[in-house]
Amino acid sequence: MRCKRMVDIGRRQFLRGGALAAAGTAAATVTMTPARAAPANAQVDYPSNRLANTADLAVNEPMDIEYPDADSPGVLIKLGQAVEGGVGPDGDIVAFSTLCPHKGYNLAYNDQDRTMNCPGHYSRFDVEAGGQQVWGHATQNLPQFTLRVDDNGDIFAEGASDLIFGRPSNVL
Amino acid sequence: MAYKRQIDRLPIPPRDAKVHNVTCHYCIVGCGYKAYTWDRNKQGTLKDNAFGLDLSEQQGADGTWVAPSMYNMVKQDGKDVHLAVVPDQDCVVNSGLVSIRGGRMAENRPSRVTGTQQQRLSDPMVWRNGTWQPTSWDDALDLVARVTARIITEGSEDDLLLSMFDHGGSAGGYENTWGTGKLYFGSMKVRNARIHNRPAYNSEVHSTRDMGVDELQYQYADYEVTDTIMIVGANPLETQTNLFLNHMRKGLENGARFIMVDPRRTVTVNAAEEIAGAENVLHLAIDPGSDMVLFNALFTHIVDQGWTDSDFIANSTFRNGEAVPEDAAHPSGLGSLDYALETCRTSTAEAAEICKVDEADIIKAAEWLAKPRDGARRKAVIAYEKGVIWGNDNYRTVGSIVNVALATGNIGREGGGCCRLGGHQEGYYRPSDAHVGRPATYVDQLLISGGGKVQHVWACDHYKTTLNASQYKRVHRKRAEMVKDAMDASAAGTREQQVDAIVAAVNAGGLFVVDVDIIHSQIGQNAHVILPACESNEMNLTSMNGERRLRLSEKYMDRFGNSLPDCLIAAKLAQNMERVLRDMGEDAYADQFKGYDWETEEDAFMDGYHQGNPDVTYDRLRAMGNNGVQEPVQGYENGKLVGTERLYMDGVFTRHGREDGKALFCAAGWRGLQAPGKAQERASHKFWINNVRANIFWQNQFLDQDNDFIQDRFPYPFIEMNADDMAEMDLNAGDLIEIHNENGSTQGMAYPTDTARRGQVAMVFGSPAGSQGNVVNPGVNELILPDYKHTWGNIRKLADATPAAKAVSFKSKEYTG
Repeated sequence: MRCKRMVDIGRRQFLRGGALAAAGTAAATVTMTPARAAPANAQVDYPSNRLANTADLAVNEPMDIEYPDADSPGVLIKLGQAVEGGVGPDGDIVAFSTLCPHKGYNLAYNDQDRTMNCPGHYSRFDVEAGGQQVWGHATQNLPQFTLRVDDNGDIFAEGASDLIFGRPSNVL
Repeated sequence: MAYKRQIDRLPIPPRDAKVHNVTCHYCIVGCGYKAYTWDRNKQGTLKDNAFGLDLSEQQGADGTWVAPSMYNMVKQDGKDVHLAVVPDQDCVVNSGLVSIRGGRMAENRPSRVTGTQQQRLSDPMVWRNGTWQPTSWDDALDLVARVTARIITEGSEDDLLLSMFDHGGSAGGYENTWGTGKLYFGSMKVRNARIHNRPAYNSEVHSTRDMGVDELQYQYADYEVTDTIMIVGANPLETQTNLFLNHMRKGLENGARFIMVDPRRTVTVNAAEEIAGAENVLHLAIDPGSDMVLFNALFTHIVDQGWTDSDFIANSTFRNGEAVPEDAAHPSGLGSLDYALETCRTSTAEAAEICKVDEADIIKAAEWLAKPRDGARRKAVIAYEKGVIWGNDNYRTVGSIVNVALATGNIGREGGGCCRLGGHQEGYYRPSDAHVGRPATYVDQLLISGGGKVQHVWACDHYKTTLNASQYKRVHRKRAEMVKDAMDASAAGTREQQVDAIVAAVNAGGLFVVDVDIIHSQIGQNAHVILPACESNEMNLTSMNGERRLRLSEKYMDRFGNSLPDCLIAAKLAQNMERVLRDMGEDAYADQFKGYDWETEEDAFMDGYHQGNPDVTYDRLRAMGNNGVQEPVQGYENGKLVGTERLYMDGVFTRHGREDGKALFCAAGWRGLQAPGKAQERASHKFWINNVRANIFWQNQFLDQDNDFIQDRFPYPFIEMNADDMAEMDLNAGDLIEIHNENGSTQGMAYPTDTARRGQVAMVFGSPAGSQGNVVNPGVNELILPDYKHTWGNIRKLADATPAAKAVSFKSKEYTG
């Protein structure tokens, strides 16, 4: 029997860092407004959102997250073994968008083979290989969130490797 | 580590962006897209844009989204413009769905700005002084024409070997098949021709045509209203992706059952189970090459049970015994149902033994296909492709499949059909090829045995996509080298002296090779003249898809460099031939090359396709948009082209040209592995080497070889292999392995696959990093159809997985949600 754990089921913890960051951005915009338009940066400015603490994570138990904002669901996973791009003391914590970069369906996590699977058109992505599309229709790999862990073990998302489905800019 | 684009924002098309109709130029399905182009210094905003959407909001599933692969910056009328190629929600073919191939059309365009596809050829090149040097069209075509004219006048047109695409989409299409066809089959009568994927100029489906049944007679919507979908030797989720996702899927959701005939379990079976439930999916994993036995048993059982459509058989099929005897041009006899059944008769028990599947499953398949339900006949669509077409005993096997469709009355009716699924789109319009003969020349063997002196190659790369490729490549290179040496030795001489040197070299066994392509291909390494072609959307191009849906895919960008549409290259070559022949005093011959005063691809279209289909023009097709019109076009009424949703709805069968309009059954007599050498090869090697496709690659990767996303996923051709077989050979995932047999060797990386049977491996076809064709023997059927699918070899380890291979995922390709 395969585990059909949906990422939006069994969420254990939910920290809405995005709301704080969004408020901060809005405030900054107001102060910038006056004399002339500020030139846009070459890269979008990502919020630094606290997702969880390393102590909150158990191996292979995915946690729902939202990044860079509440409309962009994602998943935070401690894999139990170091992977390239993994953070934390064990180098094994990764985070990805859970909107399929094919047509935007919500991906489900299979904790047996550690893949994200799309019920819409059967694409799948390997969270142990940087979100590489194992098989599917997307024309990019799964957007991976850039993570940082501070001295307290707090995990922050601070960027994304690829464009998130359904938006022309990762930060809207 | 997976390839990261590191793109987090894209330009937004403004409201006044230009919009162009695009039919994806890759697979046969031909999904509709819209190409948006806009000035470099303009952009839309989140609230005001070409899509009319509020892009400041997260778009939902199935919403409009421009993926980074759908964006590029290209030249249009000499200026850099933004380009976004986005799936069309209103196209009935794909309803906004996108495949991993079509979704990359934009990024696979050549761009000097973003640096994509800089491998594209920009100028004609001639072999000079040990390398290829750029030159003008006039210079390059003068050399081609002079050498070609000398050879075919001193000898004959049989000294010209021709390799030529015959398809639509990509570089093909009605414009380009006409341009090349008019040159070689009109102005000349070249007999020693072959097609891009097979070593002769022939149909891949002679038997269904001889039976009166065109191979593309249904429409895709038939899958949505049928009772049973049966797929034979095909993998539509990978290779006709949106036909499966947008049409077959709807059929399964509407309650259809699904039968797959394939020795290998594929992602198509997996997806069908997800949609329909495993209890409604039957996978007949037959012994390789035994399809005909299965279909003969289904045919027999259906007849014996009385599940045939007697009215259809009485009214629409031939009733008087043998109509066409077996002969050199017909590998089996054709005639009435009773006539065919005498030969085909096979019990389900016999089939179970030969096909190595359960007899109960064969009976179940027959029931799902034809057993009346609640007193009503069942509707079934049967579709086949390369597993059969490139399989064992092509003629009889395809015939055995069509027999079942005819017996059950499933042709020309809603919810029915018996079709090939197809590879490229179609777009064939040429003068008659009757002079080629049947069987046609086995051109590869002719070349290998020293025949031919000049070779013209149009968008073919036999290095990657022919059978017996090891030998072909050795001979080809050797013969071409003789001419390169002669050209180097005469480089300082006059054009006349150089032509003399080339002619002397080919008369001594050399081969003068002219290669027309969009990139410098592998076979192009042996070319002496290279001519740069352009692709769909760098020119206007018309093609039809697998349900005969004709569209005009519009030009939205400039040709790359000095490249030209194939049809205009053919025209220029014809004009040069005329000039050179006239200079040689061959006036009558020269006159045959008149009639190519085309300025544009539309001129070629009007000269060719339009002549046979006078209702069809570019303007009318443009107005029909991405839904186009289904061929044959019946007329033009109320501002619209009127098409044909399905062939043979009147029950009159015409494809064979018989005046009685009756379909024929095929006396498909089983004779084991038909092609010479196959049975022996099977007996003496450990592994069956299946030749398979992957959705991620288009054909032989000619563009994908320069695409980081694709090459990151599979840096080497995958070879799916059973884990126990791997363990026995001490192989790990990603190890480089070599497949070898008496025909040659090839290599790829081991991909552990838990559904792979022991002793069976599946290697992706056509890879530039390992040609599966190297190990395919030269065996063909009577009509020179190759059997790529039946190859046996041994396997040995070459090397541990490289860092590139170690970085990729080796997990199952099957959805496990």
